[in-house]
Amino acid sequence: MSFYPILKQYESFDMDRFLEGVNDKDVRHVLQKTRLTDLDFLILLSGKAEDYLEEMANKAHQLTVQNFGRVIQFYTPMYLSNFCNNQCAYCGFNTTNTIERKQLTLDEVKREAEAISQTGLKHILVLTGDAPQLATVDYISECCNILRDYFSSIAIEIYALTREEYEILEHAGVDALTIYQETYSEELYQTLHPKGPKKDYRFRLDAPERGLQANFRSVGIGALLGLNRWQQDIFLTALHADYLQTAYTEAEISISLPRMRPHEGCFQPAHTISDKSIVQMMTALRLFLPRAGITVSTRESATFRNNILRLGVTRMSAGSCTSVGGHSQISNQTGQFEISDNRTVEEMTVSLKRLGYQPVFKDWQCIL
Amino acid sequence: MDDYLEIGGRKFTNRLFTGTGKYPSDELIPDIINASGSEVITVALRRVDMDSETDNVMKHIPEHIQLLPNTSGARNASEAVRIAKLARAAGCGNWIKIEVISDNKYLLPDGHETVKATEILAKDGFVVLPYINPDFIIAKQLVSAGAAAVMPLGAPIGTNRGLQTREMIQILIDEIPLPIVVDAGIGKPSHACEAMEMGAAACLVNTAIASADNPVVMARAFSNAIKAGRDAYLSGMGVVHQLARASSPLTGFLRDA
Repeated sequence: MSFYPILKQYESFDMDRFLEGVNDKDVRHVLQKTRLTDLDFLILLSGKAEDYLEEMANKAHQLTVQNFGRVIQFYTPMYLSNFCNNQCAYCGFNTTNTIERKQLTLDEVKREAEAISQTGLKHILVLTGDAPQLATVDYISECCNILRDYFSSIAIEIYALTREEYEILEHAGVDALTIYQETYSEELYQTLHPKGPKKDYRFRLDAPERGLQANFRSVGIGALLGLNRWQQDIFLTALHADYLQTAYTEAEISISLPRMRPHEGCFQPAHTISDKSIVQMMTALRLFLPRAGITVSTRESATFRNNILRLGVTRMSAGSCTSVGGHSQISNQTGQFEISDNRTVEEMTVSLKRLGYQPVFKDWQCIL
Repeated sequence: MDDYLEIGGRKFTNRLFTGTGKYPSDELIPDIINASGSEVITVALRRVDMDSETDNVMKHIPEHIQLLPNTSGARNASEAVRIAKLARAAGCGNWIKIEVISDNKYLLPDGHETVKATEILAKDGFVVLPYINPDFIIAKQLVSAGAAAVMPLGAPIGTNRGLQTREMIQILIDEIPLPIVVDAGIGKPSHACEAMEMGAAACLVNTAIASADNPVVMARAFSNAIKAGRDAYLSGMGVVHQLARASSPLTGFLRDA
């Protein structure tokens, strides 16, 4: 099974023409429905639907409270290694960038874990670049064995693996996988990933599914917003999520909305994504997929994150650092991307409570 | 006559079970309990963090309350059993609400896996309250498996849509020799009242209370509705008729003779 054939069905679909043809009646009709079809969802991504943002936001808020309550689950990223064989045009870890490269020793992993766990966080997201010869599956597995003593949930955001490799990590205590397709446009994908293992579009596209087959309980997907027209990537991201949820009913599927930030290198995003567009895509996603998790990272500013809190968000990173060893100041290299919300975990806790939301530190218990 | 609910050897006078999820703050929990008089509260083990000073939901649950840990997140019987044992080891007691959900879209429980987990845990000394679709056959299997009560859903969890499964729940109430605790889907106090009028032993309400603008007042409203429904059930309600009834239209001639 694969999402690829569904994706291909939309290859010849004239999305621009469809979006331009949406009228008020179409949007109003969709807003009265409780279950949305694929094309209903696309109607909500149209320019015409921008006139209905407040109504969409109200519905999204209600659905989120109903399904998830007034709670936000916290996690933080922990970078194990920034070595990378890829030449992703948009990424600070691009192998051609002259940045200091570092991979944590197991002792350093422990120091990072101690530093992070002092903030009270229980969910960790482990990241690496794409250098399987250095950050091997066995190395990541050993790191997870250490992290299990400190955290109740371990997620990975690393290079795409085979099902068997994911199984090794699942046995090491990993329960969740985050992997972004970056863009669903196959053509653009090839341009942006000229060299390295990530060049294989299909292998990456099917990675979330392989993760679910390896028994991960939760999978997060997304597109890097700014690379492509957001309507196309968000539409296909949502369809991908819906496909995964339908094929793997027991899984928790979530979507991230990472908007491109400045980084080392001179790549500038082809499309500027406005705050209004983020609101539109988030609320439309909530209406289409009421049960999906929605993650917003510290790529976004504190003010903006506070403002969009009520519109569908279920998870937020807190106390983030995108460089290797950054939590315990083992080194001070350049991060993968610049963060915009520099609040500490404590500051975010206070801020969320003030907004009437409960920050949740622990929402899974490793049951190995 | 004293009217109490007995489960697992413990007697309760209040028939509203509450939850701990979805609240804007766990600090509301004691107020919810005070306002409603609830004596049983469910908590997801996945959320319990005994080590945390700042994020430990257990700190907010008064000691006299019967804790009902649940296996939220379990996808099969084996995971439910492991979670139940972790809950007991963490000091959450030997009551367990089994939630085995292998469908994250509608959050419907897996009856077959629930029966398997119930059997294992009941034999291991747990007081088991399984959450199920109101399926009579599954409920009978749960009786054999050693369940202490059965918790059928009124509508998909979190939907607030009321007793959509009314007829099936009534069959369980009529036929299953265990307390029937209606769980999930109850959105308004009137829904809970209706379940109690039907003869349910108790109702578990979380989303409808937690998502209200004023959860404390809503908890009190549910408690009152459940008491009213229970009283109505015990009072022996009159039979409901579809049409106004003339007296003896078909057999009146017998009196006239």
